[in-house]
Amino acid sequence: MTRKQRRLTMIGGSLLVLGIAIALVLNALRDSIVFFSTPQMVAEKHIPAGKRFRLGGLVEPGSLKRGDHMAVTFTIADGSNALEVAYKGILPDLFREGQGVVAEGALDGHGVFKADTVLAKHDETYMPKDVADALKKQGHWKDDYEKAGKKPDGGARPMQGASR
Amino acid sequence: MIAEAGHYALVLALALALIQSTVPMIGARLRDPVLMNVARSTALAQLLFVGLSFGALVLLHVMSDFSVANVYENSHSLKPLIYKITGVWGNHEGSMLLWVSILALFGGLVAVFGNNLPLSLRANALGVQGWVSTAFYLFILLTSNPFLRLANPPLEGRDLNPVLQDPGLAIHPPMLYLGYVGFSISFSFAIAALIEGRIDAAWARWVRPWTLMAWMFLTLGIAMGSYWAYYELGWGGWWFWDPVENASLMPWLAGTALLHSAVVMEKRNALKVWTVLLAILTFSLSLLGTFLVRSGVLTSVHAFATDPTRGVFILLILCVFIGGSLSLYAWRASSLKQGGLFAPISREGALVLNNLLLTTACATVFIGTLYPLGLEVLTGERISVGAPFFNLTFAPLFLPLLLALPFGPLLAWKRGDLVGAAQRLYAAGIVALVSIAVLWAWARGGSAFAPLAIGLAVFVIVGAVTDIAERSMMFRVPLPIALRRARGLPRASWGTMFAHVGVGVALIGIVCETTWNTELISTLKPGDVARVAGYELKLDNVSQRQGPNFGEMLAHFTVSEGGNVIGTMTPSKRSFTTRAMSTTEAALMSRGVSQLYISLGDTAASGAIAVRIYHKPMVLLIWFGPLLMAFGGLLSLSDRRLRVGAPKPAKAARGLQPAE
Repeated sequence: MTRKQRRLTMIGGSLLVLGIAIALVLNALRDSIVFFSTPQMVAEKHIPAGKRFRLGGLVEPGSLKRGDHMAVTFTIADGSNALEVAYKGILPDLFREGQGVVAEGALDGHGVFKADTVLAKHDETYMPKDVADALKKQGHWKDDYEKAGKKPDGGARPMQGASR
Repeated sequence: MIAEAGHYALVLALALALIQSTVPMIGARLRDPVLMNVARSTALAQLLFVGLSFGALVLLHVMSDFSVANVYENSHSLKPLIYKITGVWGNHEGSMLLWVSILALFGGLVAVFGNNLPLSLRANALGVQGWVSTAFYLFILLTSNPFLRLANPPLEGRDLNPVLQDPGLAIHPPMLYLGYVGFSISFSFAIAALIEGRIDAAWARWVRPWTLMAWMFLTLGIAMGSYWAYYELGWGGWWFWDPVENASLMPWLAGTALLHSAVVMEKRNALKVWTVLLAILTFSLSLLGTFLVRSGVLTSVHAFATDPTRGVFILLILCVFIGGSLSLYAWRASSLKQGGLFAPISREGALVLNNLLLTTACATVFIGTLYPLGLEVLTGERISVGAPFFNLTFAPLFLPLLLALPFGPLLAWKRGDLVGAAQRLYAAGIVALVSIAVLWAWARGGSAFAPLAIGLAVFVIVGAVTDIAERSMMFRVPLPIALRRARGLPRASWGTMFAHVGVGVALIGIVCETTWNTELISTLKPGDVARVAGYELKLDNVSQRQGPNFGEMLAHFTVSEGGNVIGTMTPSKRSFTTRAMSTTEAALMSRGVSQLYISLGDTAASGAIAVRIYHKPMVLLIWFGPLLMAFGGLLSLSDRRLRVGAPKPAKAARGLQPAE
């Protein structure tokens, strides 16, 4: 092979791998990304049942009910709207009423959000960024969360979650 | 006093870094050995002063001096001593100080062990190190000063985040930083080579050990972090494709590629331009990782809230260094001479394929990590990219890599014989097929792909061993001679074998754990028995205990298999009063390389506790794999050719030759 042919082989091979990678990425981006919503956005957008998304907001105080076989229900609210969430399993250590939470799952036929993953904020001043931004936008921002920005805690793994 | 002394030492280190970043480089231009040698002294002095500064912060934490804001926010007088020390880097300011300390450590090491380097190369490389450290000293001093005092010192601190009060914090971040920051050396050498406009095989030989060292630490750091997440977070996951994890995976992938392309450069003087680019990219990804973790831009389960001034500052550092180095590369790369020729089917060709797949895989991780960020900036739409994305992109790219892996070492340099290599891999192929068949017959449930993936892992492992067997002519000459030959092989060959075996071992662990993992979630009262994967776990009783800065509820389990008691497990829940937080301490029991895993949930009014019990087959292999890889790296590092004799630069007299 001449130098030119060798170089063409190399470039051809590289382009082939890159092409495959791009195809894989585009395919994966179509199928496997999950959008974030607040209860208000859910009410406005009419998300179809069965479509996976992340729901974020505050756990409404007094709404947490424990059923049989580790089933729990609670309400996620954002000040203007609220949505009932059903989850089965162990809630993360940091899950508490009145505080920020992100749940991942889909709506069922009755408008209840069936969560298979629940992520809770990681200390008493911090809340998930998604939730904070969404609440800020909607004007339900509580001042004490502002201070949250001053409380970093190491690069490690502070947030807690539970999934089934 | 101590805080002020620490602060002052850091300012002095900045001054030294400024000298180091200018004087030696001017010296290299003027060919003045006195000026060039300034690099050596400033690098060592910088190490001394940063060391003093870091020591001061450690001392403040140990003494619980709550008049210092950083200590007040992250420490508590009742905290055990080890967490007082590790808490130093369990927060933003302290971890940045650790970052620059390690940077200074590497600078000092180059200064001490770089005596066989050409003077101008050392001066330029240390000069570049000086730029990097200047940027980060400024970042610490201007935005994240760990030595700030509080006007009204409180009596007690706010304690360290309980999740971080774990021995994992003692090892994981320093290891990770030794890896991240270690790549700054190959970066500095690459930039120095671009400035000098010449680069040769000797350059690769100097750079390789540093890259290898950084890569080993990064490998161990990532594995350690994964194991920490596995036992500390309480739901048995060991990799979450979280942006912060991806931030450490990207430099690892690029660094692995760099390690392999540097071999080609060292042995065959080829792929020079590409190797320099990889060295720049690897450290750029390390900087990107620092940016992602330190600025809090990402929505992340690691969510890291910080004020935006920091984010903007690091973004600036990122732009200057990545933009600057890539521009320099674009300008100067063409002046680097092209190296030796090789056929597509050859050792070089195989290593090019390795590089191609590793960097492409790295690019998919990059897209998956940064796409949500870009989309949010552009459209305001918020999405999360999780495991499914990476399973669909990263995994398919790794498959051909693993399939090709055993062929690489068996191909000859320059022009290889693919059929010959395949023939030598017959044994490995047969073993792999047999294990696939056996697994297919035995395995109950799970994906049909699992036996195939394990077969691939077996192929990688046996293939790696085949290479050593071939080289020592095992089974072809009498055994004692073969053994003597095997002992006589260069340690680098053994290192290659161990590292490649490690890849296969980790893959077996990953496949077994994800396919045949059993999970049981249930509520248990004392006396109840849970049955998981043939084990019986009886909850005996629940007790309370008071720790130094937490209260703890322990559940005592007796584990038996087939009626025989094999041990006890005591998972617990700790509540930390200072932060009103609780953590779950999972209990682990190893059976061979498999593990039983119990973590506790809430206690119901009736006294029943929610528990999560897992049986994780072969799970330990996931971390044994990286250990083997790092051990392979260590063997290669101790190879004669890297230890003995100063590598000779190409013949042309240094410095008299204009840039080509």
